[in-house]
Amino acid sequence: MALLELDGVRAGYGQTRVLHGVSMSVGDGDVVALLGANGAGKTTTLRAITGGVRWDGIINFGGRSLRRATTEAIVRMGIAHVPEGRGVLTELTVEENLRLGAYLRRDGGGVAKDYDRVFGYFPILRERRKLSASTLSGGEQQMLALARALLMRPKLLLLDEPSLGLAPLVVRSIFEIIRAVNESDRVAVLLVEQNARIALELSSRAYVLEVGRVAVEGESATLKNQESVRRSYLGY
Amino acid sequence: MRDDAAARAPRPQRRKDHRGPGTLMQEFLQQVLSGIASGGIYASLALALVLIYNAMGLVNFAQGEMAMFATFLAFTLIGRGMDYWIALPLTIAIAFVGGIVIQRVVIRPVERAPVLTLVIVTLGLATLINGLAGFFFGYLPRLFPSPFSVQTIDIFGAAASWQDLGVIAVSGVVLVLVFLMLQRTTVGLAMRAAAHNPEASRLLGIRVSWMLALGWGLASAVGAVSGIMVAPILYLEPNMMQTVIIYAFAAAVLGGIESPLGAVIGGLIVGVTVNLAGTYLPGVGGDLQLAVAFAIIIAVLVLKPNGLIGRRAARRV
Repeated sequence: MALLELDGVRAGYGQTRVLHGVSMSVGDGDVVALLGANGAGKTTTLRAITGGVRWDGIINFGGRSLRRATTEAIVRMGIAHVPEGRGVLTELTVEENLRLGAYLRRDGGGVAKDYDRVFGYFPILRERRKLSASTLSGGEQQMLALARALLMRPKLLLLDEPSLGLAPLVVRSIFEIIRAVNESDRVAVLLVEQNARIALELSSRAYVLEVGRVAVEGESATLKNQESVRRSYLGY
Repeated sequence: MRDDAAARAPRPQRRKDHRGPGTLMQEFLQQVLSGIASGGIYASLALALVLIYNAMGLVNFAQGEMAMFATFLAFTLIGRGMDYWIALPLTIAIAFVGGIVIQRVVIRPVERAPVLTLVIVTLGLATLINGLAGFFFGYLPRLFPSPFSVQTIDIFGAAASWQDLGVIAVSGVVLVLVFLMLQRTTVGLAMRAAAHNPEASRLLGIRVSWMLALGWGLASAVGAVSGIMVAPILYLEPNMMQTVIIYAFAAAVLGGIESPLGAVIGGLIVGVTVNLAGTYLPGVGGDLQLAVAFAIIIAVLVLKPNGLIGRRAARRV
């Protein structure tokens, strides 16, 4: 059974409907890419999963319906969502942001180990931990958001455009860390990306959204090489 | 019209010819000290205003009335024979719970309403609490007991009253406790996160709505301290806090309305400034001191709208 399942999910803002029946699934430990043009509904799909937008249809996580669950409750079930714009709390310090990642955890020893681990991934965060998060560069903020999400020890990681606005080298290193975390912890990842090339490299499966519907789905390796798919949906 | 804290401080005679420079200095120190005492009271109420401003993007116009009501509870407890030092923490605890209840029952249903709705709701709350206090306790001004003696003690030649020192000590302890809670505890951290960025906080599993309620509880508790501290200086009656809240507004605006530390610094500056103005500026005794507070509010809004510690435009929609 899949870890996350969406079936016929429709959602929107006020009168404007954005999703017109999205069905997809993410298996335990899978990396799944969610691709598509601007406005196709990628971000809205993630927001529906964590209860940030009203939706109809079926969303199940670990076999449980998310129908009536609040955002806080969904997060407590094991979903870490790094939203568009990263959701870094810029009024707080780097360290306080990280402490909030471990807010729900009661295993002090495990948390200490995870701090060492994320500081291993992102040494710059250890250096800057006493500074206000607002002083970080875009890439560093993305690292902070990812580190904070890892401290939550999620079963599923939702990443919304982690490459947005970052230098190619930084994007590379962030994606390598996502891959490392996925391999060592079996954390499932649902990755929303504009940068289809790098997303298809990292993921095993991919869905392409077009105007609120899944237009194409399949193995990432297959999609990557399909000339027609590349040209019409992925733009490279 | 009743006097306020600063106005009832010892009033100097303007007979400078009989004094040496030493006495002038002592008098100045004395006025500064009693200004700090009033400042501690304003700081507590200003901190309450800031805590709620951060939680809902709006000051709570009922803050002063909530403090007044809590002070009546303390008055009742003490009147029934309870020791002052038991009644004080007990009242603070009741005020804390009361603040949470008010947020859950009155504010939460209109949480997402336009700002104007919230303004009306808190104004209505102020009127309601004021009326309830009048109904239960009457409008007769009452003498509130003070645990501190009216005797003075010599500090660097200035005669400091135990009353002023006691107020400074109690406000100081309460303010430090609130700061430790906000800055050093996990729940304080979650409260700050929830106030600054509710969306991102929810995604971290923080129960934002409860954190906002906790903010109301904390504000109500700190406000209660200001009421209990000011009551022995003024007289206790339902309109007691209506001048104090103006000074607290001035303090909060001066500190940048979003900054708890700014509110405390603002409170002390307002307390000392108003007291010194009342002493040394001819014509600014008694009621005109309130004008000094308004002057501070207007000056800050015109010259430095973000206040002393404000980080960005004090606007949130």
